[in-house]
Amino acid sequence: MAKLPVPVEKLTAQFGPTLNYSPVGGWQNRSEPEKLVKTHCCFCGQQCGIQLKVRGNRVIGFEPWEEFPFNRGKLCPKGVKRYLQDNHPDRLLAPMKRVEGTGFVPVSWDEALDTTVRELQRVQAQFGRDAVAMLSGVSLTNEKSYLVGKFARVALQTKELDYNGRLCMVSAGTGNKKAFGIDRAANSWADILEAKVILCAGTNVAECSPITTDYIWRARDRGAKLIMIDPRVTPMARTCDLHLPVRPGADSALLVGMLRVMIEQNLVDLAFIDKYTSGWEETRDSALAMPLEEASRISGVRVEDIVKAATMWGEAPTSFLLHARGIEHHTKGVDNVLACINLVLATGRLGRPGCGYATITGQGNGQGGREHGHKCDQLPGNRDIENPQHREYIAHVWGIPEEELPRKGHSAQEIMNLIHEGQIKALVSICFNPLVSLPDSNFTREALSRLEHYTAIDFFLNETAHHADIVLAGSLHEEEEGTSTSAEGRVIRIRKAVDPPGDARTDTSILLEMARRLGRGKYFDHFTDSEAIFNELRVASKGGTADYYGITYERIENEMGVFWPCPEIGHPGTPRLFETLKFHTPDGKAHFHPTPYRPSAEEPDEEYPVILTTGRVVSQYLSGTQTRRIGGLVDMCPEPYVEIHPTLAQRYGIRDGAMMRVESRRGAVVLKAKVVTTIRPDTIFIPYHWPGDLAANNLTNRALDPLSKIPEFKKSVVRIAPVEPAS
Amino acid sequence: MSERQFYIDPSRCIGCNACVAACAECDTHRGVSMIHLETIQRGDSVQTAPVICMHCDEPACAAVCPADAIKRTPDGVVQSSLKPRCIGCTNCVFACPFGVPKYDAAIDQMMKCDMCYDRTSIGKKPMCATVCPSRALMYGTPEEIAAQRHGTPINEFIFGGRTIRTKVNLMVPQGTKRLEVNPGTMIRKSDLLNQARVR
Ligand code: SF4
Ligand code: SF4
Repeated sequence: MAKLPVPVEKLTAQFGPTLNYSPVGGWQNRSEPEKLVKTHCCFCGQQCGIQLKVRGNRVIGFEPWEEFPFNRGKLCPKGVKRYLQDNHPDRLLAPMKRVEGTGFVPVSWDEALDTTVRELQRVQAQFGRDAVAMLSGVSLTNEKSYLVGKFARVALQTKELDYNGRLCMVSAGTGNKKAFGIDRAANSWADILEAKVILCAGTNVAECSPITTDYIWRARDRGAKLIMIDPRVTPMARTCDLHLPVRPGADSALLVGMLRVMIEQNLVDLAFIDKYTSGWEETRDSALAMPLEEASRISGVRVEDIVKAATMWGEAPTSFLLHARGIEHHTKGVDNVLACINLVLATGRLGRPGCGYATITGQGNGQGGREHGHKCDQLPGNRDIENPQHREYIAHVWGIPEEELPRKGHSAQEIMNLIHEGQIKALVSICFNPLVSLPDSNFTREALSRLEHYTAIDFFLNETAHHADIVLAGSLHEEEEGTSTSAEGRVIRIRKAVDPPGDARTDTSILLEMARRLGRGKYFDHFTDSEAIFNELRVASKGGTADYYGITYERIENEMGVFWPCPEIGHPGTPRLFETLKFHTPDGKAHFHPTPYRPSAEEPDEEYPVILTTGRVVSQYLSGTQTRRIGGLVDMCPEPYVEIHPTLAQRYGIRDGAMMRVESRRGAVVLKAKVVTTIRPDTIFIPYHWPGDLAANNLTNRALDPLSKIPEFKKSVVRIAPVEPAS
Repeated sequence: MSERQFYIDPSRCIGCNACVAACAECDTHRGVSMIHLETIQRGDSVQTAPVICMHCDEPACAAVCPADAIKRTPDGVVQSSLKPRCIGCTNCVFACPFGVPKYDAAIDQMMKCDMCYDRTSIGKKPMCATVCPSRALMYGTPEEIAAQRHGTPINEFIFGGRTIRTKVNLMVPQGTKRLEVNPGTMIRKSDLLNQARVR
């Protein structure tokens, strides 16, 4: 019964988003903190160090943490205002059940957990274990991610577990594993400072990774050149040395074009290629098969600019390549990543000072979360769930027979598809709001309404949880001890600042209690605190590529973070990978892969002639479950809008600031037009953080990359029209 | 090493609003930010620029204040109006050539940036210059600026023939000595468009 119990307006009236503007008790009454808790921001993969001011078991403000080496006190507005998610009027203070016609009413923990367990067991008895799915999220710490992974496979005994990192770093992860055999930024950000050319492909660094801006600027102060590949003039593209305004979906054509120029101008390091890589010949031939004019025609970037970029990149003594969702959110996301890696490998600039490569992980614990827990095809330590030795090892750590360990399940979007088809009947979710964050919201809504049972664990009632039968009031980032792993691969300490309020419980204790009630307590009862979970994670990761064995809470605190891999207690950690130019692939070499251009799942046609691309704004985080409740952040960008070029706007008679309709094969939105010359004339942009009628994901396409299963958020096609104000 | 000074480099600003948000956290002006973030011409550019008080040597805001409510500290920080004196006339708001002071109707008083006197006086950086992710706002020594940055800091501005010297520095392209703002020679976008039409 996962239909809404009452109309959505009634739910939002009761559960928000309410805008919280001031600290508990109001601005005038804020007094001195009793303590400052050194922890990290929860709102992006950079995981800035921050100190939370605490008084009377409440977070009342923040103070910059200038000693933490990554950000040295710097924060974006999300970090500054983050403390306002505490003491929030929308906070769930007790478990609740759905009551038709009434909404959600508080119940006892016993009733909530009994109902959940009874329903999950009923569904599994009737339809099989895999008829229950779990969807998780990487705002969770490493400990919770690990626990979710073990809980789903050992307690729920389902293979259907996946996570919202599926919408974030999976193309990069897949590409990195193919090329390097390891899924991590190849360098710490310190190497950006030494780079002489920085190439940013599909990353709006300023808004989505704001602190990285400073690293890039410091490199530029020392003479580095900056190349930005982006359909929009983002704040960093505004001042860059070369902006390549690529047509959405055509990144690989552009990158292959650059490789071709580098080959023709002898700007490739053949000695390195020969000694340390494989796959060059096919990749070279495939690049030479693409005429430059063709690369230019497909990508919409001028031939001379492709040549200029290739020459700048090819001739650089040191360099750093950064990419993010702009090239990864495609049905060829993995190809685009590999095309970037090819540019890095062709120059041999890897594994030494100032020579680097990284994807910019977007989600808070996107890096650590995917290594240890809830990805449908992975086991802790970045192990492969289908690899017999890996299975054997983890089954041993978990104390179960190998054959009881479920096999590879489906990805997040595929799980939603299976729910829609009726094959998956029950869902447990934590820290994931797919109704806002998955593509094609109308489809997602329909799928949710077909569930027989849905239990959501969360601290606010997000839009997906509106469809729940049982809501379990969980905990915020600052309410539990733990660790997370930043975009750099640095494992850091998340500190508990306060207890969960009211009758809310920690996520950990909720999962442990559910495991007990599912009759699987003996596999979990030794988890007396977060550190005990981390210690099992260390053992589980030992020998994997993401080896955390040598990392302890104490070390992290003393050393301000430790970079994995760190296989032994005495090991210093690994800020820079590949220093010996030994890669983690079976043959020890880095692999080139040909990435011939192929079209996106949807290309513009007569009916839907305009390209839509989506993304973030600096003041919001992901589906907005937290940030749409913080007044100061909402005021900076109260609602989504459509960025549209004046020539396109003029063709349709759309005026700046007027409402316009955007419609795809899947849905429509009506939003305000922002007529700007800072976007390609064939493309419009909408930020995606909002639900319902404002959701960019009403429009987007569920098409997936065949390998990474990432949805194609960065390109769908739409038609547009002005909306006349009712007179 | 010389004393630390304040530098603004709008070319680095990414418009993130962290400075605005962090300023509002100060316990002296609780919830109200003293920084304005200007979006220059969104139709054509994403350029933004933070406006903080420039702390003039001879502050126009203080000069026009009929109640003598605006004081400059011996170390050159121009402070918010003194509560008992401020009559809320907003003369200062109109007089400031940089557009800094704001009249806060709720408390019937002019408030402005005092360069985080509570922080700088105990050796900390101002809040905005601590959080700014791109270091468009920077608090450091002239030596650091000379060693690290390409631009030149200036603190001399000429408004319609009148020279104003400030405590706060503005980063400008190398070779620039001072900034002259002359309403008569200001280039407006509409003028450019008209010129283009004439041609
Ligand atoms: S969202 Fe990211 S950049 Fe902003 S404060 Fe948090 S960790 Fe830092
Ligand atoms: S914090 Fe820095 S980058 Fe952000 S708006 Fe302010 S001055 Fe600009």
